[in-house]
Amino acid sequence: MKLRLLGAAAVALLLAGGAARADGDLHIFNWGDYTNPKLIEKFQKQYNVKVTLDDYDSNETMLAKVRAGGTGYDVVVPSDYTVKIMIEEDMLAKTEPDQMENFKNVNPKFVGVYWDNGRHYTVPWQWGTTAFVVDTAKYKGDINTLALMFAPPPELQGRINVLDDMNSLFNAGLRYLNLPRCNSNPEDLKKLYDLLMGAKATWRTFDYDTIGKMTSGDVDLSQTWNGAARRIRLQRPTAAYAFPKEGIEGWMDNVAVLKDAKNMENAKLWQNFLMDPENAALISDFAKYSNGILGSDEFMKKLDPAFVDSPEFKIPAGLEPEFVPPCTKEVTDKYNKIWTALKK
Amino acid sequence: MAEQALSAAQVLDRAAGRRGRRFDLKRQPGFGVVALLCVAMLYAPILIVVGFAFNDSPSVTRWSSFSLAWFEKVLANGDIHNAARNTLVIASCATIIATLIATAAALATTRSRAWPGQTTVYTFINLPLVVPEIVTAVATASFFALLAQQVGISFGIGNLILTHSVFCIPFAYLPIRARLEDMDLTLEQAAADLYATPWQAFRRVTLPLLTPGISSGAALAFIISFDDFTITQLVAGAGQTTLPLYIWGQLHKVGVTPEVNAISAILLVVSILFVSLSFLVGRRR
Amino acid sequence: MAVAAEAPRIALAQAAAERRFLLGRRLLASPAMIVIGVFGILPLLIMFIYSFLVAATYGGVEWSFTTEAYVSFLFQRDIFDDTLQFVPDYLQIYLRTFVLAGFTTVASLIVGFPTAYFMATRPPSQRNFWVFLITLPFWTNLLIRTYAIQLIIRDEGLVNDLLRAIGLIDQPIHILYTNFAIMLGLLYSFLPFMVLPLYTSLEKLDFRLVEAGFDLYATRGRVLRRIVIPLAKPGIIAGCILVFIPALGAYVTPLILGGGKQHMIGSLIATQFGTSRNWPFGCAQAFILMAIVLLALLVYVRSTTGKSRVAHG
Repeated sequence: MKLRLLGAAAVALLLAGGAARADGDLHIFNWGDYTNPKLIEKFQKQYNVKVTLDDYDSNETMLAKVRAGGTGYDVVVPSDYTVKIMIEEDMLAKTEPDQMENFKNVNPKFVGVYWDNGRHYTVPWQWGTTAFVVDTAKYKGDINTLALMFAPPPELQGRINVLDDMNSLFNAGLRYLNLPRCNSNPEDLKKLYDLLMGAKATWRTFDYDTIGKMTSGDVDLSQTWNGAARRIRLQRPTAAYAFPKEGIEGWMDNVAVLKDAKNMENAKLWQNFLMDPENAALISDFAKYSNGILGSDEFMKKLDPAFVDSPEFKIPAGLEPEFVPPCTKEVTDKYNKIWTALKK
Repeated sequence: MAEQALSAAQVLDRAAGRRGRRFDLKRQPGFGVVALLCVAMLYAPILIVVGFAFNDSPSVTRWSSFSLAWFEKVLANGDIHNAARNTLVIASCATIIATLIATAAALATTRSRAWPGQTTVYTFINLPLVVPEIVTAVATASFFALLAQQVGISFGIGNLILTHSVFCIPFAYLPIRARLEDMDLTLEQAAADLYATPWQAFRRVTLPLLTPGISSGAALAFIISFDDFTITQLVAGAGQTTLPLYIWGQLHKVGVTPEVNAISAILLVVSILFVSLSFLVGRRR
Repeated sequence: MAVAAEAPRIALAQAAAERRFLLGRRLLASPAMIVIGVFGILPLLIMFIYSFLVAATYGGVEWSFTTEAYVSFLFQRDIFDDTLQFVPDYLQIYLRTFVLAGFTTVASLIVGFPTAYFMATRPPSQRNFWVFLITLPFWTNLLIRTYAIQLIIRDEGLVNDLLRAIGLIDQPIHILYTNFAIMLGLLYSFLPFMVLPLYTSLEKLDFRLVEAGFDLYATRGRVLRRIVIPLAKPGIIAGCILVFIPALGAYVTPLILGGGKQHMIGSLIATQFGTSRNWPFGCAQAFILMAIVLLALLVYVRSTTGKSRVAHG
């Protein structure tokens, strides 16, 4: 195993010069509209590999497909909690990115992470935070509190969209109530249940299409991710991303190689390729989310100067994004019951 | 028989109709209006879709100004071409397979006394209709995965085509069956009287009469396959993205842009051309 | 005398004819049986088995037998006090979906029947054009069309803009993200599935029967009710089946137009395979739905096959 990795590292070194030695295919399965075509072109040219790209809309869809097996994909891009699940269920190949040439560029705070401690399976792709965006023209008060989502003022009632995601919503609710996440305590759950049922009346929709909802004017507040908030702000300038004092959720999408990948070597090349700062900048430049690679800011400034200064990426000091691990079956069962009751 | 007590005016009216003005016995009041409203309702969203394909800004809700930029983007976008090609290939193959099978099945199950096993056939055929798409999706995905892993058989894009065929069959079947049930038995009996073999009777009498039903069935099957999303999402393998998958993939984390409207507009034009062509060819005969 | 001697031979000939008849029918039906059997029923059997298994922690199944999935459709452990209780949530969701699908079917019949009738009574040269006209919109992708419907019915959409422009209303009517919007979307999606079968049925209608009705001094309404509709029954039933059942399992359209605030059966089942990570429960819910619908279909089949049919003309 070590020998193969050394070999791969040697090949990578040789290829860094630009002379193409690798061949074959690479089949990538990623979120929709999340991969920079320029990035793929660059990789294709550098390693003479033909890349195909298919997309999915949620971790669960990807998981369901991969669990069924025989998909033909080499590389997938699961979010943090999904990586943990996939490692536990032995779906990923242990490609040891921590031994790859470009590993030194990875931001140290993203190396010792709960879902892949030490980075033996995955490589950072993009990361962000989840909070909400609100139109400051419609609401003039302090926006940095989850109370706007769960106990909204009259001018926002009926004009709110929340993510159709049980985990994101419940985590936000538990944060607001200052209760622990992945909670199986019946009393805590009762409080959460009452909170959600009460707030539901003031919500308009449960939808992932947060950008569409905000830019069309259907809602004035939407739970969303920071990159989406930035896009919303570009079309609706008075929209501002909140950094709730009760806490903010963090997530990271990671590049993983499937255990039954047919093009293992090319997949590893891809992982190493992505840890290069210039390439990481290309990743961020497309979907406009932060990446986990040091030094890419230099290149980002050239590609999109305004991006680095966007307020959505400037987390206030003292507020640490919380990366929530997947909950146990017992907790998920209880959550499911609340979720069904919420949506019945 | 209470109708016989008509007023004098009504009697005269009827007489006038029979003599002079043409009495259109097919006309039902208001039906034409409803039909036209129906068409208007069907086309309103289409016009919007096509209209926004020319929108200058990346919004599909707010119009800014006229631009052909999205069409250029579509024509340059290789992913969309792949997706469109996949969609058309799958839909065409599935439609042909499904229509052939459905026609045979319809012939087998109608216009006769009940034969043993007929109910089973009917149940089989309607089963894909009854199953929620998400279940078919997971079931079929698991099935093909098992097939690939344990037995080593995979049909590539044939997996998707076969899956589509399965749920297209009931959609093709029902209009064909409805048509068959309404068909005039005496014509075939006449053919038999004229010493036609069953095959000749089928080819020269039954089949031509059945054509509207088959066309309806094929059209329904094609639309169903073309638009399918949930099942395709889980069964598609690498490189088998279809248009609905591509569009849906755009929604999450980014949002819809007029690019997809441009695709639709192009497809619409292509299908108009295609159908007009077949229409003209049909008329020549 | 001679007839009695012929009897065994006639019986043999009849038996042979019977066998040929059965063979012919079965042969014709076999492609359907094989394709659906292998690629439709076999996967379903796998799912049926899954519905009796235990849900694995992160999705998928564990191979141990349990009826928990079916039981939890009606009875669940209360999260707050852990007692087994009757839970009407799922029944409520099912009922709502059935009602919505029902309304959609009725609406599509009301809109579709006149349209199909109108199409069927055009001169033959025009008819193909009308079929073309009706099916053309469906060459655009459903997702995109549904978003376009959003555009029309949202608060600042075309309908509201129009109504405000002509002064009928002051505040926008909230059409989008309601059950009505879902019904509209479903109606829109499934209209050709009502119109086309109706059209094929009506096109074959022998209008001499209609003329006979008029000769007997029937009004147009009576002719419609007593002659046209009964004769179009196969088409009506086909259309209703093709609309009602897919509407029951619809997933994407209710999601986009309904706002996601309430589950329909489609989204409920999808969630089980997604964030709820409870595949067996999803399979059980699906089979419960299928059982209800299959029962109704079987009743229909038993009542129509074998009856002597009245031929037209």
